[in-house]
Amino acid sequence: MTERNRSKSLPISVGGVTKTYGRVTALDSVDLEIESGEFMTLLGPSGSGKTTLLMVLAGFTRPDCGSVRFGDAEVVRLPPHKRDLGMVFQSYALFPHMTVAENVAFPLRLRKVGKADRLARAERALQTVQLGGYGDRRIDQLSGGQRQRVALARAIVFEPRILLMDEPLSALDKKLRELMQIELRRLHERFGMTTVYVTHDQREALTMSDRIAVIDDGAIQQLGTPRAIYDHPANRFVADFIGESTILPVTRDGADVLFAGTPLRLAGPPPPGPVSLMIRPERLQLLSGADAADASFNRFEATAESIVFQGESYLMQARLADGQLVALRGGVRHDYDAVTPAPGDRVALGVHVEDTILLPGADGAREADDG
Amino acid sequence: MADAAAPSTGPARPHARTLRRDARLEQLALFGLASPALILLLAVLALPVGWLFYLSFIGNDGGFSLQHYERMVDSKSYARIFRTTFEVSLITTGLCILLGYPLAYLLSQLPKRMAALCLLAVLLPFWTSLLVRTYAWLVLLQRRGLINEWGMSLGLWSEPLALVHNLSGTLIGMVHIMLPFMILPLYGSMRAIPADLLNASANLGARPSETFRHVFLPLSMPGLFAGSLLVFVLCLGFYVTPAVLGGGKVIMVSMRIATDIELFVNWGAASALGVVLLVLTLGLLYGASRFLSLDRVLGGGSR
Repeated sequence: MTERNRSKSLPISVGGVTKTYGRVTALDSVDLEIESGEFMTLLGPSGSGKTTLLMVLAGFTRPDCGSVRFGDAEVVRLPPHKRDLGMVFQSYALFPHMTVAENVAFPLRLRKVGKADRLARAERALQTVQLGGYGDRRIDQLSGGQRQRVALARAIVFEPRILLMDEPLSALDKKLRELMQIELRRLHERFGMTTVYVTHDQREALTMSDRIAVIDDGAIQQLGTPRAIYDHPANRFVADFIGESTILPVTRDGADVLFAGTPLRLAGPPPPGPVSLMIRPERLQLLSGADAADASFNRFEATAESIVFQGESYLMQARLADGQLVALRGGVRHDYDAVTPAPGDRVALGVHVEDTILLPGADGAREADDG
Repeated sequence: MADAAAPSTGPARPHARTLRRDARLEQLALFGLASPALILLLAVLALPVGWLFYLSFIGNDGGFSLQHYERMVDSKSYARIFRTTFEVSLITTGLCILLGYPLAYLLSQLPKRMAALCLLAVLLPFWTSLLVRTYAWLVLLQRRGLINEWGMSLGLWSEPLALVHNLSGTLIGMVHIMLPFMILPLYGSMRAIPADLLNASANLGARPSETFRHVFLPLSMPGLFAGSLLVFVLCLGFYVTPAVLGGGKVIMVSMRIATDIELFVNWGAASALGVVLLVLTLGLLYGASRFLSLDRVLGGGSR
């Protein structure tokens, strides 16, 4: 990050923010430090509190207690119109009685920017989101994707040092969404404002974020880079919510962790207390006889139950010797028919020691019941 | 449904003819549902209005004549009556906006259940007779009425105020009767304004007063316009309330029509007045529709 970008962004510091609605706790004493210029995603299921947290940052929701600081300034009591931050709403919230240019120039008009100047800046902002020349259109003449871009242009035209986004891509179709993800990321790199992005789409979060705060039950379950969160989920919820996972029960025997009576090979010392084993389906692989002696794998014998072709990959459910189901995802190439086992085949499955993840808590048995 | 004729229409477009006939029958059935209303409208609206129109061109001697219209142009009293009518309607509309807009705003910001209860209170007057409500105002406002008695016994004023049988009495009564017609469309268009828009405005730096001026007011305009038009047009032809509360001092077109018929049994003159009022009202509506598309106004939407 360059020095120039740094002056255009502010760090955000959230401390002990609690918000209750009647007996429901939406936010439970949340602490969060967001660095200047960072792209931070608040990821969680609906009702997790992620949107409430964003609304507290924007000033639309007044927390019961807690502190919100932008840079050195305490803003928790500041009304929304004095917070000077850009925001993209899920509904876009474009003013239907104004043209595209009037919408984008609106924040400049409120800041007493002269008419010629603000129209020029609005046009520039529209060019940034590749809508140059659309200024005279009415909002209802635009497609969903175009509206999204106008909302973005309006949120950045006054060069706020903080940008909030509330599921901005959720109304777009998949192709457009993926395109906009890359574009949003590009804009963030160009303008460098601190960005807080709310989504329930884990793939979106993994694609775009510098760091992700996984939120559930009004609390941050894990905070970290996309890699860290995916590779080493802190708990059962994060493992379930991000990516696919199979969770299996294990037992402790001193320093060893036993699965079905066999000690697991691990990359590091296991955490104290009861644990369960998590395996990502795409990190599980079919082992051939030649791999049998490879000490870098944990090896499981299983019977293939079902194989489903899903386009770019296939998903296999295999039953382990002790009756539990485990999922394996593999790539599809021309030799798909030759290399994939048929239901009923005996297979040897392997997971690398680095991909053998232990989660705190011994609640892995629940997963087995589902199978 | 087995249809023997269907295969004969050719294998390329099977059932095309019978399907088309089904569609036509369906449309006809829908039209049939509307026909009682259409016939009623024809009987009670189109025919009498046409008859009035015809009568207004029949002179006292029974032949075709423009004498009723000529008298309206010649006589100053008619001009005064029309001016009074438009003035009273305009002032009533203005007062309804002043009283109705803040109330509708309050209702639109309340939680849905609360708002429904309050709307019920707004609509409550509709359940009692117009005449009863008007005479109730007479009881309240007259020289020895409740308001004057209380005001004087509390020492607020010493002489009875002339609250009724004049313009102020007429306006008080008319505003009271017309207020719901202002509030309902206003409330509708205000409810349709998404809260996100107001949040977005605040987020972009607008003070509450600026959000109101730049976002809320323009988006509530269709409702304001619809309410104003409704109230104004209803006022133009209003009879009962101005007749009772005006005390003969506020003569509106409708009252002149009544005296023309009851006192002078001059159907032609009354009809001509009716026609002119109708034409003026339609002209007004046409002007308004050029200004803003009418279905949008009546729909009360905020698009």
